[in-house]
Amino acid sequence: MTIGLEHYLVLSAILFSIGLYGALAKHNAIVILMSIEIMLSAVNIALAAFSRYIVPIELTGQIFALFAMAIAAAETAVGLAIIIAIYRNKETIDANKIDLMKW
Amino acid sequence: MGQVISFWIFAIAIIGAALGVVLLKNVFRAAILLITCFLGVAGIFILLSADFLAAMQILIYVGAISILVILAIMLTRELSIGSPSNKFKIPAVIIAAVFCSGIIWAVLNTNWQVSNVAPTAVTTAGLADKLFGKEGYLLPVEIIPTVLLATILGAIVLVKDKNK
Repeated sequence: MTIGLEHYLVLSAILFSIGLYGALAKHNAIVILMSIEIMLSAVNIALAAFSRYIVPIELTGQIFALFAMAIAAAETAVGLAIIIAIYRNKETIDANKIDLMKW
Repeated sequence: MGQVISFWIFAIAIIGAALGVVLLKNVFRAAILLITCFLGVAGIFILLSADFLAAMQILIYVGAISILVILAIMLTRELSIGSPSNKFKIPAVIIAAVFCSGIIWAVLNTNWQVSNVAPTAVTTAGLADKLFGKEGYLLPVEIIPTVLLATILGAIVLVKDKNK
């Protein structure tokens, strides 16, 4: 038995779904951000797998994964800064209680 | 054979750690499991012969992002409430399961044009060629530092104490 492209893609799909569940069903804003990080990692696995099995010489998928990593780092920094700013103002990071802009 | 065994070890470690992140009540333990998950993803990158990507995964995710997350957890002192699920727990499970089965169905029913060429052994030189060479991705490479600069400034402005 060998490991093929499908194994990596199925692993990536399962990881993405776990992150999706966490992002949808959690109160704590930091846990939601962590779930989004899991989803980004899943996408990076899929990109690297496509790069390895479809275009082994071109490395295009790895370039995309590198850009995704840079954007993920930026997203985490701004997201956590927003969470800390909200905590200073409202003394909570419960995503259900942060409803200032709710209509 | 060794590749098969290490794939399954990494896959089980990643899935288990990710489940722990979304299911554990203690946020700090969830963050530690998130680091485990990132390390497993780095191992998967090595199996996919993406050595530079694995190094970057460890540097950026394990080194920087997890420290940021742990710092934010300690600064917000919400360890007592933990991470309970909200009222959308059941719909979220259903949505995630439907999404997962849809993607897996699509993956298994697509005829992938898998190439039999051996992958590049050392990817760093090839990646540098792609990023900085002619007909490469030079414009995105120039845009990324601008984004990072804007991020640094935005993060500083957001967490600055306005009363001082």
